[in-house]
Amino acid sequence: PGAIRFRAGEASALPASVSPRRRWWHGGDSAAPRGGGAKKAVLFFEVEILDAKTREKLCFLDKVEPQATIAEIKNLFTKTHPQWYPARQSLRLEPKGRSLKDEDVLQSLPVGTTATFYFRDLGAQISWVTVFLTEYAGPLLIYLLFYFRVPFLYGPRYDFTASRHAVVHLACACHSFHYIKRLLETLFVHRFSHGTMPLRNIFKNCTYYWGFAAWMAYYINHPLYTPPAYGDEQVKLALAVFLFCQLGNFSIHVALRNLRPAGSKTRKIPYPTRNPFTWLFLLVSCPNYTYEVGSWIGFTIMTQCLPVALFSLVGFVQMAIWAQGKHRSYLREFRDYPPLRSPIVPFLL
Amino acid sequence: MASSEEDGSGNGSVEEKENGKKRSLGALATAWLIFYNIAMTAGWLVLGIAMARFYIQRGTHRGLFRSVQKILKFFQTFALLEVVHCAVGIVHTSVLVTGVQVSSRIFMVWFIAHSIKQIQNEESVILFLVVWTVTEITRYSFYTFNLLNHLPYFIKWARYNFFIILYPAGVAGELLTIYAALPYVKKTGMYSLRLPNKYNVSFDYYYFLIIVMFSYIPLFPQLYLHMLRQRRKVLHGEVIVEKDD
Repeated sequence: PGAIRFRAGEASALPASVSPRRRWWHGGDSAAPRGGGAKKAVLFFEVEILDAKTREKLCFLDKVEPQATIAEIKNLFTKTHPQWYPARQSLRLEPKGRSLKDEDVLQSLPVGTTATFYFRDLGAQISWVTVFLTEYAGPLLIYLLFYFRVPFLYGPRYDFTASRHAVVHLACACHSFHYIKRLLETLFVHRFSHGTMPLRNIFKNCTYYWGFAAWMAYYINHPLYTPPAYGDEQVKLALAVFLFCQLGNFSIHVALRNLRPAGSKTRKIPYPTRNPFTWLFLLVSCPNYTYEVGSWIGFTIMTQCLPVALFSLVGFVQMAIWAQGKHRSYLREFRDYPPLRSPIVPFLL
Repeated sequence: MASSEEDGSGNGSVEEKENGKKRSLGALATAWLIFYNIAMTAGWLVLGIAMARFYIQRGTHRGLFRSVQKILKFFQTFALLEVVHCAVGIVHTSVLVTGVQVSSRIFMVWFIAHSIKQIQNEESVILFLVVWTVTEITRYSFYTFNLLNHLPYFIKWARYNFFIILYPAGVAGELLTIYAALPYVKKTGMYSLRLPNKYNVSFDYYYFLIIVMFSYIPLFPQLYLHMLRQRRKVLHGEVIVEKDD
């Protein structure tokens, strides 16, 4: 057999599946390795990190183990650039390519023994839990301010008065229930696959949630509020829709939680469970969004208030976009993904 | 990746192909755009001449808006097609930017000047009318000549210099006009919806107009700076490093 010698720099010519140890020959009988090559040797990778915008070299790591993950490389990078903690970093193989995942392993990436990564600063990060809590606590409190008609909202004559329409009190109960449920789910049910999100998102999201909540609450609790045109029938139907969808939404969140063991980042296809509310998984990829939109449609019917209808509409558009993204990533990831499912609305969207 | 040799010889043909594709795909679109821009240039020229004639004959700006409003409404409303052009991709500008620009014009023409007769004789109306007319004549003729691949330098120069004065002047005209409209809007309660109503929502045109006036504060500098950057790029050939998102 032909004797093949490798120096560290050439090793990557072999398929990544061959373990580095097996790539290392002692020159065989034809030629002895130069220098002290006979010593026990481990193959290391060189990693250079360039700025994705300026191509400036930010960091050079000369001995990185082949099994190192992107997360570990990010940690090494942080040592030289403490201002960019790992969650802020995006490393890519090409300046405008996709961000590599934290779990990606160096030796399984399409790189030579000198790997070049392009770095992008994602900006200050904040944890998902914090974002969710501020996002949801706001609407809950803001709505209650309008419900109790605190001063400077509707004129002094109405301060701390109560509406004479029963539906207004029911609406307040439903709205509060919805956000308390979300807060509790954030604390005790959801498992977040990403720990953080960019800090600026919190300003954007809070403006959206808080602003809409104030707008809706102002009209629903207004002294000149007009109750639903079809009276109790309409309110009862709306309440049924609302409660059904809230239960459905909660069931899906529990099902998704049980899909992912604590602390892991594995992804699986969610399937219907024994809970009938989860059977919607037969038809859509993101039934939690379907139920969420349903809840808001219920709330719209109940209050017969145009701003609520607009909030439902905007929410639906946003959730449809998220659902399509999720649906696509399911399709990409799982070959046996159920073909009947659509992203958010059964058979349609 | 192809080898470098193939790259070298292939580059030209690829470019040619792309150019050819652009031309053949866009033959109809180009023809339409040329027609559209010539029509719009002509329209705004007619408007400009009508305004000049009115002023020379009457020696006053009173009644000017009334006499030219049909031409103005017709051509300014047709500018909505520009949003369509961007949306279908035959013009490479952001739909959002064009949308904001065109809708602010439509708003000024229909929801201010047309709806509130009492302000039609304000000097500020004449100010933005004159500014718009000069701007549009240079802009549309610029597009036309550009599409015909014969762009005279003075048109290019006018397009990227006039705005330095015209843009702030136009904004001043628009803002002063809205400001003049405020008392009438408040008095008549026009375009407003009051509680109680079965939709449980209210709308106050008066406060809406105030919000619109304030929205000029963040929007104006952005568009102005964008134009200044374009100006440096086009007239002085400065290469601007593209900000990628």
